[in-house]
Amino acid sequence: MSGPKKITITAAAVFLCAAITSILLLRELDRVRTGATLQEFLYISSPKMLKRLSLGYEGLLADVYWTRAVQYYGGLHHIGGGRYELLWPLLNITTRLDPHIIPAYEYGATFLSAKPPNGAGVPQKAIQLMEYGISQNPDDWHLYYDLGYIYNDVKDYRGAADAFERGSRVPNAHPHLKILAAQMAQHGGELQTAQMLWSSVYETTHDKNIRENALWHLRAVKVGLEVTELEQLVRTYRQKTGHLPQSFRDMARAGLLRGVPVDPVGNEYQLDAAGNVFIGDPEHFPFVEKGLPPGYVPSSIPKIPHTQ
Amino acid sequence: MNSRILHIATNTFREAVRDRVLYNLIAFALLLTGAAVLVGQVSIDIEHLVVINLGLTAVSLFGLVIAIFIGIGLVSKEIEKRTLYTVLSRPVRRWEFIAGKFFGLSGTLVVNTFFMAIGVFAAMWYVSHPLHTADASVLVALYFIVLQFVIITALALFFSSFSSPLLSAVFTFSLFVIGTFAEDLRGFAMLTHGITRWLATGAAYVVPNFSALNVINQVAHGEGVARRLVVYNTAYAFVYTVTVIAGATLIFERRSLK
Repeated sequence: MSGPKKITITAAAVFLCAAITSILLLRELDRVRTGATLQEFLYISSPKMLKRLSLGYEGLLADVYWTRAVQYYGGLHHIGGGRYELLWPLLNITTRLDPHIIPAYEYGATFLSAKPPNGAGVPQKAIQLMEYGISQNPDDWHLYYDLGYIYNDVKDYRGAADAFERGSRVPNAHPHLKILAAQMAQHGGELQTAQMLWSSVYETTHDKNIRENALWHLRAVKVGLEVTELEQLVRTYRQKTGHLPQSFRDMARAGLLRGVPVDPVGNEYQLDAAGNVFIGDPEHFPFVEKGLPPGYVPSSIPKIPHTQ
Repeated sequence: MNSRILHIATNTFREAVRDRVLYNLIAFALLLTGAAVLVGQVSIDIEHLVVINLGLTAVSLFGLVIAIFIGIGLVSKEIEKRTLYTVLSRPVRRWEFIAGKFFGLSGTLVVNTFFMAIGVFAAMWYVSHPLHTADASVLVALYFIVLQFVIITALALFFSSFSSPLLSAVFTFSLFVIGTFAEDLRGFAMLTHGITRWLATGAAYVVPNFSALNVINQVAHGEGVARRLVVYNTAYAFVYTVTVIAGATLIFERRSLK
């Protein structure tokens, strides 16, 4: 074998062996450095500083940080969860570098709000992230939608209703947002708001089913409002007479009512000895939340009236 | 190392010194002195941190520039001046020429880094004396920087063996930038599917991994560097350099110099 040929074969063999070894070593290096890179990335935690350091390539840097956030969450989730301490700083930096990176808000907020071990369990941070996303992308209704669900998870129905309602005003927003806003307002006891929102749904939708659904909810809201008003009148009666009324007829005789009040389907309201007001047949109002008799268990198939 | 490689390496080192490459040390010294004095006056409690960050980053950038701009001319300059023919007409093999050039420039960078390291420690001592045991980890960061230089030198030499100096500089610098984000590249690859995933993962393993060699922030915050990382980084830099030099040899052996 000639000299140059021998060198070529040797160099080729060395090249192949070294290349394979370098790949194997790189895999080992990755194992040694698990988590280290993220910690290093967060030594500079100021998004402003990072923006300056990126020399105008903050979009690319945001993508890098978003990838890191996904890998961090995925890595911890894969091994059964953890404290996800670095998730918020990573998402904060990502969205400050590129405020229009919508998936970072949508998925990031989900990762943040989910309870451990599936998430960081910090819904307030998730809300903060979504509010920042909305402030930067006010025309994206998905963000309001996600924010509403986060509020719903923490049982802040007023916040949820507000988020859905704001989202429903965005051009081209999904019509379902208006329904969700109304549902949340109703659930949160904001009956006036719920009535206004359900009326809006009823008047604007062209879908027969949605329209009918809005009607059932409007009836339920009406019942809620009437029960509240009747209970207020019971309190007024007590103040006037010093005792609770035995029936609605007592209240009518006292000039507080014109007769026995009836619910939207024509059944008489009920009054118990403690002054609580109930609806006569709750089966007619599957969405009602106020005025249900104590211990009432709704049947699986409610009676839905087809006429108002 | 055989005597022929040693001679070529020595001559490469001498040539770099004659080209006033080590003059960059003056600029480096001025930068660090100015920074040390300034930082001491304007920053609160982070003088040490700033000096380490600035010092090590400067060492890295100065060395990077030297490695690229000298490395890309190692072969092409010899062809242009026709000195390569004189060398190869003697009993010197082409691979020995490549190896000699590589060791010569690597040696230059090691000497350069040595003097810069003295400057970094002097600046650290100036802003917060006495030095602490944790400051010894700065030596590890400097060692990793040298490993980066070795890989960059090999890459510059590789491109120089078949391409023009300008293109070699572009290729080498591009690989440095990509290599700095090598771990993110592998992260992106993991998010893709199918053939894209295979291609992206392959590319991520082919480019040099400089992110594992960058521990500047870590040591600036007084954190130690794991021994396993030192061992693996050393092994990786060695193996990767051997791969690239073997590649350069393969190309240069078959290149027509007529």
